[in-house]
Amino acid sequence: MQLAAVVLVDGLVYASYLFMVGVGLTVIFGVQRVLNVTHGAFFAFGAYMSATLIGLWYGADLPAFGGFLMILAAAVIVGVVLGVIIERGLLKFLYDRDEHIVVLATFAAFLVLEDVILLVWGHDPYYAFQPMQLLGSTRIAGLAFDNFNLSMIGISAALATGLWYALRRTTWGKMLRAVIFDREISRAMGINVTAVFLGTFIIGSMLAALGGAYLAPTISVQPGIGVEVIVLAFAVVVIGGMGSIPGALIGAIVVGISRAAAIHMLPQIELFVIYGIMAAVLIWRPEGLFAPVTARKI
Amino acid sequence: MTRLIDRTVIGLTAAAVLFGLLALLLPDWVRFIATQSFARGAVALGLLVLWRTGLVSFGHALFFAIGAYAAAFVQRALVNDAFVMTLAGMLGGGLMAFALGFLLCRYRGIFFALLNMAFSMVLWGLLAKNEALGSTDGMGVASPEFFGVELDGGATHLALFYFALSSALVFAIGVHLYLRSTLGSMSTAVRENEIRLEYLGYSAARAVHVKYVISGVLGGFGGALMAMVVGQVDPDSMAYWTISGEFVFIAILGGTGNVGATFIGALAFEAIRSAAFQWAPTVWQLIMGGTLLAIIMFLPNGLWSMVARLRERRAS
Amino acid sequence: MSAVLAVRDLAKNFGAVTAAANINVEIAEQEVVGVIGANGAGKTTFVNMVTGYLPPSAGEIDFLGRSILGLRPRAITRLGISRSFQVAQVFASETVFDNMLIAFGVAEMRGPGLLRILHTESRARRVAEQLERYRISEYRDVIASSLPQGVRKLLDIAMAMVSKPRLIMLDEPTSGISIEEKFDIMDIIMGALREARTTVLFIEHDMEIVERYVSRVLAFYQGEIICDAPTAEALKDPKVKEFVIGKEYHRGRAGDEGKGEKAGA
Repeated sequence: MQLAAVVLVDGLVYASYLFMVGVGLTVIFGVQRVLNVTHGAFFAFGAYMSATLIGLWYGADLPAFGGFLMILAAAVIVGVVLGVIIERGLLKFLYDRDEHIVVLATFAAFLVLEDVILLVWGHDPYYAFQPMQLLGSTRIAGLAFDNFNLSMIGISAALATGLWYALRRTTWGKMLRAVIFDREISRAMGINVTAVFLGTFIIGSMLAALGGAYLAPTISVQPGIGVEVIVLAFAVVVIGGMGSIPGALIGAIVVGISRAAAIHMLPQIELFVIYGIMAAVLIWRPEGLFAPVTARKI
Repeated sequence: MTRLIDRTVIGLTAAAVLFGLLALLLPDWVRFIATQSFARGAVALGLLVLWRTGLVSFGHALFFAIGAYAAAFVQRALVNDAFVMTLAGMLGGGLMAFALGFLLCRYRGIFFALLNMAFSMVLWGLLAKNEALGSTDGMGVASPEFFGVELDGGATHLALFYFALSSALVFAIGVHLYLRSTLGSMSTAVRENEIRLEYLGYSAARAVHVKYVISGVLGGFGGALMAMVVGQVDPDSMAYWTISGEFVFIAILGGTGNVGATFIGALAFEAIRSAAFQWAPTVWQLIMGGTLLAIIMFLPNGLWSMVARLRERRAS
Repeated sequence: MSAVLAVRDLAKNFGAVTAAANINVEIAEQEVVGVIGANGAGKTTFVNMVTGYLPPSAGEIDFLGRSILGLRPRAITRLGISRSFQVAQVFASETVFDNMLIAFGVAEMRGPGLLRILHTESRARRVAEQLERYRISEYRDVIASSLPQGVRKLLDIAMAMVSKPRLIMLDEPTSGISIEEKFDIMDIIMGALREARTTVLFIEHDMEIVERYVSRVLAFYQGEIICDAPTAEALKDPKVKEFVIGKEYHRGRAGDEGKGEKAGA
């Protein structure tokens, strides 16, 4: 019973921030057909920025719960600044190139940004535990879980709901779905595809940064967190279906729970179970579990 | 164009001989780096074969790691001989590619790339947690012997260099001649129009399978060679996804227009990286990333396209 | 003489849609058969089934006396049936010469022979002969994607003929080609096919072409063959007139008829 609780909670916490990173990745792929490796750097930047801002906030002895605003601020700053730089400064020139080349370009940008992090923040780890300590903990099935981690689950759930609503009910959402369905027809109908590309990329970047920013108080923020998360995000997106938001949710949950289960029950498979599932999905249903309907060109 | 020994074969041989002679004058560390370049270049050569077929793999570290670990394993379990270890690496890579190829030959585009990546990360995960194989610390690889002859440190490295150089030459010529054959030309057919190939009478899937096995053998060779050169195998430096990315980087850097280009790319990659480590160690990743971006934006056909342009200008 | 191709009760359904039904045809050695019918009548579906690209829902297909049901296109090509495509399927970034070279290589080589050099002197000669046969030698070094439509179609057919098939199925060989060029192109094609003694079946919308080159007509309508008769008879058949040609067919007014056919079909 305790094991089940640990696996479930840990798994969902894990799934939460993977969803944040994964949903941005999947939407960017769906809209722009770009498999954005730089996403890992956005995550890392978000974490570092969050840690820095939190440190500054509490260092200045400002009201305690404002620390959470810092998380959000970090995500927005990183998402907008880096999003604009990468989309307008790089991707804009590559939309007509071979899809593999674009992935490589984002990989190159990722390498560059990893070093920028080192230049700005150095090699030492950063800690920003204050928001986590503030919320205390709850006992579930006899074990103590940090409320901060639990809140991550709540935030992600809210995010998923919000995105679903935005996509289904708002005009912006309809435009997005139109562009995902068919870029050319959307353009022909008067949708400003360039603006949609930029907007999507910024939002996606903010979400990745939010994942990092929200996670920062629970870990030691150090070099290399981007490298690990991006390949996990790939797994999430592939499992759920590239371009599908509900898919990103399911994918994140699958990856999160599998990893938690492996860590607590069979540690030897912890590192590869996720990629095994990714391979299995690619083999059985390459489009993913929730592939969006794609138009059949006559 | 119809002769077996064409201009490229002669050019490659001449280049190899020249480099081999030049290498006698170079310091040890240059040969050390060059040997590693040949290892990576071989993997990139395999990627070239796939690239011509319209396919990119983001997971060739799989074969690299298999080759490396196979060499290390054979050294402990069987015999400490460079040729045997290399053959083991090639065999390991080839067998894995043969097995996976049945599945992978039906995939294209980004799915082919990602499925390769998934498999390579599965191997990474397996190796990183495997105590018997040293987990993340990996295993050491002792100095290999050559046909039973044990050499001292410096001589081993020299021998490895010439072993690598001559192997690279053989593989480059082999792949070049292969691409000139009917089966090799099917790369173009698969890339351009699979339906047409099918109706001409050959299976695109089988053509891809063959090319995949070739790339697996080359990947295994690269891994085995690297294991012997650096004396160490471990999952992070051999199976991780960033390593696969480096191989693709090298293929693009060199250019896919010529089989020799992949080795030029590998040498350039090592040169840039070593220089970056030396003079700007805090920003070496930035330099590598920047180089890749520069190539993608301004020299999309790689360094080779500069050579090709010079040739054209001299011809006219 | 036994039939080259014998099709019995062939049918194809896509869910509730019947693309083909009750197809019964026998084609004899060296016949030249025209297949006509409105768009969507089932002509290309028929070709796709015979060449193994589409599995039939029911029926039998026999080639030279043996069943070819369930075989893949590559196997059927090896047995002796080739086809050309409505949209010419060539290797777009390669030259005409290289396109033909690959076609010859694949047709001629098996097993270890596949590892032999593709571009040999003797093969180059055969390529040159084939290019000449189809009058496209002057385009030898032109990249396929830059070819004029007519030349690209000739290349497509020339590549299909490399394997010296007993039966070739041409899918709208003159579609997209200007009216002035149509007959020249067809003369080249039919001349080469006759020289190779190949049995020919071709899908065509242009009734003038059908009249000139074909001795027997299969008319399709809604997936079924509504008429199977010698050309003159078929073109006068009331069912064919109603469901295929669309209006009274007048001789000698090539311009009008060409446009009319396309509008009605």
